[in-house]
Amino acid sequence: MLPKQEIVAMLLAGGQGSRLGVLTKNLAKPAVPYGGKYRIIDFPLSNCVNSGIETVGVLTQYQPLELNEYIGSGQPWDLDSMYGGVHVLPPYQRGKKSDWYKGTANAIYQNINFIDRYNPDYVVVLSGDHIYKMDYSEMVAYHKEKEADCTIAVIDVPLSEASRFGILNTRDDNSIYEFDEKPKVPKSTKASMGIYVFTWQKLRKYLIEDEADPKSSNDFGKNVLPNMLNAGERMFAYEFEGYWKDVGTIDSLWEANMDLLDPNGSLDLSKSDWKIYSRNPVMPPQYVAKGAAVQNSLVAEGCSVYGDIDFAVLFAGVYIAPGAVVQDSIIMPGARVEEGAVVQYAIISENAVIEKGAKVGSRPEDCENKDEWGVAVVGANTTIAPGAVVPARVMVEEGITYEEGTK
Amino acid sequence: MRANNMLGVLFSNEHDEKIHQLTEKRAMGSVPFGGRYRLIDFPLSNMVNSGINKVGVITKNNYQSLMDHLGSGKAWDLSRKREGLFILPPFGGASAVPNSRVEYLASITRFLHNSREEYIVLSDCDMVCNIDYRDVLAFHLEKGADITLVYRMGEIPEGSSDPTVYTLAPDGRVLEMLINPAVKGTCNHGMSILVMKREKLISMVQDCVSRNMFSFKQDFLQRNIRECKIYGYEFKGTVQTICSMNSYFAANMLLMDPKVRAELFNPNRPIYTKVRDDMPARYGLDAKVSGSIIADGCVIEGTVENCVLFRGVKVGKGAKLENCVIMQDTEIGENCCLNNVVVDKDVRIQNERSLMGSQSYPVYISKGAVV
Repeated sequence: MLPKQEIVAMLLAGGQGSRLGVLTKNLAKPAVPYGGKYRIIDFPLSNCVNSGIETVGVLTQYQPLELNEYIGSGQPWDLDSMYGGVHVLPPYQRGKKSDWYKGTANAIYQNINFIDRYNPDYVVVLSGDHIYKMDYSEMVAYHKEKEADCTIAVIDVPLSEASRFGILNTRDDNSIYEFDEKPKVPKSTKASMGIYVFTWQKLRKYLIEDEADPKSSNDFGKNVLPNMLNAGERMFAYEFEGYWKDVGTIDSLWEANMDLLDPNGSLDLSKSDWKIYSRNPVMPPQYVAKGAAVQNSLVAEGCSVYGDIDFAVLFAGVYIAPGAVVQDSIIMPGARVEEGAVVQYAIISENAVIEKGAKVGSRPEDCENKDEWGVAVVGANTTIAPGAVVPARVMVEEGITYEEGTK
Repeated sequence: MRANNMLGVLFSNEHDEKIHQLTEKRAMGSVPFGGRYRLIDFPLSNMVNSGINKVGVITKNNYQSLMDHLGSGKAWDLSRKREGLFILPPFGGASAVPNSRVEYLASITRFLHNSREEYIVLSDCDMVCNIDYRDVLAFHLEKGADITLVYRMGEIPEGSSDPTVYTLAPDGRVLEMLINPAVKGTCNHGMSILVMKREKLISMVQDCVSRNMFSFKQDFLQRNIRECKIYGYEFKGTVQTICSMNSYFAANMLLMDPKVRAELFNPNRPIYTKVRDDMPARYGLDAKVSGSIIADGCVIEGTVENCVLFRGVKVGKGAKLENCVIMQDTEIGENCCLNNVVVDKDVRIQNERSLMGSQSYPVYISKGAVV
């Protein structure tokens, strides 16, 4: 028997993230690089540790290789502790049947034994596709204060955008009376952040009931939460103020990176009281050469910058050659932008090479048809041939040599 | 490749007095260098990259910051059940703080006895280089040497403490060893790196102690030059000796040279250091940076030319830095003007300040100062 843990966090990291296209072809969404040195999963993991939650189960399913390797023993997040720590929980065989995780609720259901070992009072369910800093312990305190069975974190969104979110309609005391999934006419602006606190014994009961229902799609939002509400359980909305961004699409991932460059931005990762931890590359400090111009940018270790960068996020070990220009773009670890190449409004994946004089992406003002504009994406280990042109919003496959538009 | 047959021993305090400004509050090994490192990172990483997985670090005084830096040794992959990192503070009571290298080695006899490795590598922390000790050991074995000393050919760096100069036979055997001779120009001078059999070291140290002879260079090496087969191994790579404030400043500035960086930061033999989890460096709207080494966690809004900025340095708007070495977490206020200045960590330079040193005599601002 392991010592009791008051809170266990379960992190749903099995999502395919198909809307991120080539970025998640060989990579689970939570392992997608972000912000010059992080991966998305660093945010919920660091939030857990900073909130004092030291037992975390990470539910993986889609392309887990790199994610598993990244999490490893959990040491970078101080989650290699003796009794709790981080545990990667893939689906497994039992008896004669073996099940993939059928839905978010089913993923937790299949790991009831894992949670029971710690005999927790509360379970925090998190997802691996949001960028935010949040103290979960305050949310659990709120949950206790309200004597709730389930507490859902919500963020105030503009009314005009409310119809894109799962909206919670609440009474004056913040108790929830209705879930409104992507409502055409929103009654409130409280959008669910996909962060739930449950009283474990209650959740356990509903998970077992949900599993027994053959018609259920075993999803928290579609099944378990509505069932709890209909049964009259105490459910509350916890209002969160601060930066929160879903990075489920190319555009939102690009925006979330650019938000870090905004001097008045609300996401400040330099604060030492709420650090975001990550696995750090072993590389020398960056070198900015004579003749380089670096402005409004984030640059990680091991980079060599000889060209011009403006509004750029450079990950570890990126090389920007003399005369190369990078604007409003994200360059992932180990990528190279060679002489005279121009990268604008683009995401360049790991170890890609943009050869001499190639051009990737374009500025919205340079696009004749504004509707065709979008962020260009180059897959990992891809080479853009010298002089080739990758137009806006084009996604170049992984590992190929792209030669279109070469003069 | 791990687990070859070598044990590493590092002297973290040797030559502290040479840069007394920087070592007032720390050991030589924990002097910050090159944007994100401490001097000990270089020999320690060299040892790990050479397959050594047991390293003892001998400390004498002011080793708090060194201990803080090394921690469990995890960052060097030396936090392990079998072998790993051993910090060896003075042993044997307050009355017996050792003073010489022979005494240090005598004081860690138990550690040396309890080790299983056949060979031992000794090194100081005041040489910045990327060397593979496996090559030295291979040379040592090929020559059938008792002791192999690593040397390099060139001029003796100005200010070196008691440099040793070797006369070598064509096969590399050391025929003569001079300590602090009046030689000018190119010569073969020692790098304070030595490879020999562990058992042999223990018995030679005991022999010195039993004769009340405690000088490593005179009594341990020079005295035995006929009896023992002492060979010299030439290291041909870049070495920077930190033996004065000027050489410290110059060594940092040399990192702007791509060749030096490529050699020192060889990706196959990376230099490890303590992890700080800083965010990547952030360049503001009016940042102008050229020819500089910048570490993570920096926030730059001013002009930086030919500088080394350590982790977490902040440069305010309108500030202008030229030829400076700025250590961790120092904040440079708005519109400051700094030229040829070495600023230690946690310093605050208030707005509008102006500090000028010269290339041959950089101004030094000590740790935690407010200017």
